[in-house]
Amino acid sequence: MSSVEMGIPEMPAPDYPAEVRRRLETDAKEIISRYPDSRSALLPLLHLVQSEDGHVTRTGQRFCAEMLDLTTAEVNAVATFYTMYRRKPSGDYQVGVCTNTLCAVMGGDAIYAALREHLGVGDGETTDDGKVTLEHIECNAACDFAPVVMVNWEFFDNQTPETARALVDDLRAGREVAPTRGAPLCTFKQTARILAGFPDERPGAADASGSAGPASLAGLRLAKGDGGPGVVAPRGAAAEEEGK
Amino acid sequence: MTVAAHGGGQDDISQPGHDVAEAQKLLAPVLSAHWDEPDSYTLAGYRRNGGYRALTKALAMDPDDLIAYVKDAGLRGRGGAGFPTGMKWQFIPQGDGKPHYLVVNADESEPGTCKDIPLLFANPHSLIEGIAIACHAIRSHHAFIYLRGEVVPVLRRLHLAVREAYEAGYLGPGALGPGKDLTLTVHAGAGAYICGEETALLDSLEGRRGQPRLRPPFPAVAGLYACPTVVNNVESIASVPALIDRGKDWFRSMGSEKSPGFTLYSLSGHVARPGQYEAPLGITLRQLLDLSGGMRPGHRLKFWTPGGSSTPLLTDEHLDVPLDYEGVGSAGSMLGTKALQCFDETTCVVRAVTRWTEFYAHESCGKCTPCREGTYWLVQLLRDIEAGKAQAADLEKIADIADNINGKSFCALGDGAASPIFSSLKYFREEYEAHLGGRGCPFDPAKSTAWGDRPNSAHLEVNA
Repeated sequence: MSSVEMGIPEMPAPDYPAEVRRRLETDAKEIISRYPDSRSALLPLLHLVQSEDGHVTRTGQRFCAEMLDLTTAEVNAVATFYTMYRRKPSGDYQVGVCTNTLCAVMGGDAIYAALREHLGVGDGETTDDGKVTLEHIECNAACDFAPVVMVNWEFFDNQTPETARALVDDLRAGREVAPTRGAPLCTFKQTARILAGFPDERPGAADASGSAGPASLAGLRLAKGDGGPGVVAPRGAAAEEEGK
Repeated sequence: MTVAAHGGGQDDISQPGHDVAEAQKLLAPVLSAHWDEPDSYTLAGYRRNGGYRALTKALAMDPDDLIAYVKDAGLRGRGGAGFPTGMKWQFIPQGDGKPHYLVVNADESEPGTCKDIPLLFANPHSLIEGIAIACHAIRSHHAFIYLRGEVVPVLRRLHLAVREAYEAGYLGPGALGPGKDLTLTVHAGAGAYICGEETALLDSLEGRRGQPRLRPPFPAVAGLYACPTVVNNVESIASVPALIDRGKDWFRSMGSEKSPGFTLYSLSGHVARPGQYEAPLGITLRQLLDLSGGMRPGHRLKFWTPGGSSTPLLTDEHLDVPLDYEGVGSAGSMLGTKALQCFDETTCVVRAVTRWTEFYAHESCGKCTPCREGTYWLVQLLRDIEAGKAQAADLEKIADIADNINGKSFCALGDGAASPIFSSLKYFREEYEAHLGGRGCPFDPAKSTAWGDRPNSAHLEVNA
């Protein structure tokens, strides 16, 4: 998929080892049972094979096709349409910097440039230690927390070049990292399993980081009469600390 | 604070955000009323504040009466188009022998839009209760929440909330009455803006590439699996329980005759206090800014979007436009998702529009030629303009291309791509012209960053 093969057509993808196949089949059948029509399970199944392989492999596509009675071409057509399906081996932590207009203007462009330089990688590339894949992402529905960085699709709000550099350093050093909103980070593969529809079973994961971020409460606090300075956080705590 | 140096004559307010009485009069937290409680996202927290009371009331009503009630209340879709929710429900044919489906559009991806994600994070049960009520109304026994995949914290909370609702019997066997089951499936997408378009969303939910369908037939007749389907935005459905619980007269006591009720306004950008502000429809941006502390200190509003990047830009001339469907429409834009992205005078409008256009080009699904090709060529031209490599004729060319996209594709993505082009040329043509003929961008992007006004920020340079 990632390279153009000239001449001899590619051989069919190998199957998963029997034990892996059995395990994935159990999961796949549970996913398929949630839908009136089996094909609806394709997007979750692609998340499932990513949770096994870290990206959508040819073997994973063959598995999806067999489970849903589709051709591998039909599966490939879908897998290549959606940006969350990775097409090559990538890092444990996917670091996405929002560079859509609002975040870009508020500093997303500077953060992205700083991380490229700091990590020495380009868009979609992975650090040599296999830890961090850097990419720029589109609007992630957190504009009131701009600029935003996502790691494995957890929110890191109100970032600056300094906080973002420290974040990727922590990830590469294996230190525990907690997002502004979301649960303590798990790996990309573990995240993909949640996306496939299997709830995060870590105790307290759904409860982490409170009910709402500070910006989400801005209007409520004003309406309740506690909207004075210092109550409604003027921008994020991270940005404030960085300014000191 | 300076909202606008050339504002509509309203007095400058020196103590923004401190007038409690004013804030309480203008704001109306309903969906967001309990987000500051530590367990607002749990079943216990939701029920403590009256949650699921409306469901009992709704289930006692005849489905047709329920639809009429929501229609009379005047609730309009909060996902952008503003179509009356009750009317959408009414379009579902009854007694047709086919399964009916409710699909909740939680694919919030319109640039600037950030209301459904915090709502689902802090108050997912309002959506689940609304789903149960809506399914009773349209006689559906299987509902789906199509959540964009890139928000795992929200997915976790939905998994938790749906499990709690099943355990409490609000979902599952007999949830809608004896023999009337309700199944709710949470479905995570995989990264494609186009799936926020309702027919592309249905194709995606069917396991296909998310590409819009030609209408008619509309989803109400042939939607998911070619069965009658209602597709509603998260906030629309989540607003239903409060409407039922407190009544349509209460609902109509807010907003205007044609745009009644409360809604979430999302303030972002160069404002002093970005965030969610729930208020009756019809509040103005000036009121919101006055309440919340205005623009960041020392700056003034230059341009803003009323409802995401697909709604034509407005300027400081429009601070007093009532933010309801009719008000924003008559100002030449659209209420959209009420995503109020505010940019101050440090921001280059050409840079902003170029970036949005790159987004549309990236997210165009490729099905319709005008959108696929047009957005591609707009990006090439805009990059040249921004870099100072374009000529005056290129401004006519981008307007011409935008005109050839607008209204000429299956869905509204192309129209959305044309909006920032038309509106920025209308209000800021001189700024485009200042870039032409080798001059390039006259703005310093470092000044528009969140830290641009801090001392010692010179090392945080931006290569934009």
